Amino acid sequence: MSRTRILVVAAVVILVALASLPFVAEKFTIQFATRILIMAIFAMSLNLLVGQAGLVSLGHAAFFGIAGYCLALSSPQYQAANFWTSLPLAMVAAGALALVIGALVLRTGGVYFIMATLAFSQMLFFLLHDTDIAGGSDGMYIYVRPEATLFGWRPFDLEKFGDFYFVVLALFVIVFGLLGVLRASLFGRVIAGIRVNEQRMRSLGFATFRYKLACFVIAGMLAGLAGYLAAAQFGVVNPDMLGWHLSGAVLMMVILGGMGSLAGPVIGAAALLLLELGFQSLPDVAAIQLGKHWQLPMGIAIVLVALYLPHGIARLLRRGKPGD
Amino acid sequence: MDIATFLIQLLNAVQYGLLLFLIAGGLTLIFGIMGIINLAHGSFYMVGAYLAWSLSMHLGSLWLAIPAGIVLSVVLGLLIEWLLIKRLYRLGHLQQVLLTYGLILIVEEMRGIVWGDEVHSVPVPDLLSASVPLTDTLSYPVYRLGISGVCIALAVLLYVLIQRTRLGMVIRAGATNREMVQSLGIDIDLLYRFVFALGVALAALAGMIAAPVSSVFPGMGNQVLIICFVVVVIGGIGSVKGALVGALLIGLVDTFGKVVELKVGHFRLLPELAGMSVYLLMAFVLLWRPAGLFGKRA
Repeated sequence: MSRTRILVVAAVVILVALASLPFVAEKFTIQFATRILIMAIFAMSLNLLVGQAGLVSLGHAAFFGIAGYCLALSSPQYQAANFWTSLPLAMVAAGALALVIGALVLRTGGVYFIMATLAFSQMLFFLLHDTDIAGGSDGMYIYVRPEATLFGWRPFDLEKFGDFYFVVLALFVIVFGLLGVLRASLFGRVIAGIRVNEQRMRSLGFATFRYKLACFVIAGMLAGLAGYLAAAQFGVVNPDMLGWHLSGAVLMMVILGGMGSLAGPVIGAAALLLLELGFQSLPDVAAIQLGKHWQLPMGIAIVLVALYLPHGIARLLRRGKPGD
Repeated sequence: MDIATFLIQLLNAVQYGLLLFLIAGGLTLIFGIMGIINLAHGSFYMVGAYLAWSLSMHLGSLWLAIPAGIVLSVVLGLLIEWLLIKRLYRLGHLQQVLLTYGLILIVEEMRGIVWGDEVHSVPVPDLLSASVPLTDTLSYPVYRLGISGVCIALAVLLYVLIQRTRLGMVIRAGATNREMVQSLGIDIDLLYRFVFALGVALAALAGMIAAPVSSVFPGMGNQVLIICFVVVVIGGIGSVKGALVGALLIGLVDTFGKVVELKVGHFRLLPELAGMSVYLLMAFVLLWRPAGLFGKRA
């Protein structure tokens, strides 16, 4: 079989497995799978920046968090927001924020970019943490999940965890497909060209700044989608949603899975969340509660990945094949 | 604001700025010379503060705790460079970010295991516990003046070491061309191990001398790390002079942002938004000079 056929078969098998999960698994598993899919969307959005455009952002959680806050602020207290209006609103807000921040941080490059993105996300963190615009450091609760009634028709009920899973799965597939198309398009190739040699792309006549900014905005909107879903799932938003710990964790997912490839960040998100779950249930070793201090084995795992698996798990799976 | 209050806040601002310089200076030195972006730098500040607390308990005095703490943090720096950082030189920025992020988690949890998660305070040493009277009611603690003094002395020392000694010349030459220095018969790897340890020791020392005024708590490292990033971005990455100017600017903006009251209409901008002020300053600097105040343009 050719490589494309293997990939198509694998994709179909995985999709069927994911779609049939709610019929066989328990509630916890389904909710955990939902969480993985949401983080996978988040990681894929960052991969557009890091893997495709070569822009290492350490502030990507800003867009994730702002969309979550958008849902919280647009939900009337103890009542549901409308899914069909609040989701686009949250994504547009995240996109608008990305436009402003991107216009500033894209003036820099390399390490400056890393630090500047970090600093801007922290600025928003403190805005929400120190003022009482949206609940201060405690954040806000979303008591009821968004309601999906559209002209009297109600296609799904997000309060049911099975329905919620399917909605997230559908959005995940759409984002995956969208990013696949984007990658193969002229836009995607220009972005990849900028990563390799921006000077050359500019002399070829491409307005590279605009391409990078567009890329930054798209990545911000998709992160917003993930943040909206996460806020809806957990029913709570707080400043940590924009914090640098989350920005670091999602960058971890991208690198762990493997940059550049479409499936890499998805594998990374699943691997990191499963590792976290595994480490949290570690037994005590020599009076040290490893389960409580699960970040210790996690930190060691991250260090080992950085040193010995710099191209991620996805590269490991197709060993022997030259990278693209 | 009367003149005495202003003077007190100004001294606070300078002291905070100089303390930031000790940490940010090490961060920018490690980046400028070794090309390593070290997210775990703030963790060493935290380790320093915890060392000051636990050593001064065991040894009975901060005066003994500080030299012991410096020795320990140099050893820690050498060990981490030898174990991990030296493998990063051939890898990209991304792997550096990843590894040092992992290092933060490790240090944070080790701190939890060894010292616990409680907040501690370190008493100011008797010798420096006095205050300088400014007016009838206001006075300024000698210990804070002492912090500023130590920081200034170290800044001068650092300048002399890097710019005026043969060793500093070799270190600077290594930043420009590593292989060339190596082939001239200088063990650059060993030298850089000590540069890294110097950076670690500076951050830890900052934590140690700050401990009596700021208290010792988990997460204090990350807080200071982010601010140091802002300092370094404002000053220009790799520039020690930039770090000094940036740190003082941040000290002024942060301190006065918290005490000045600024109203636009009915909305109080300051001190409500003081937490944001330093990041706004950074945004302006990036707009004006994308490579920082003293950075080299790419």
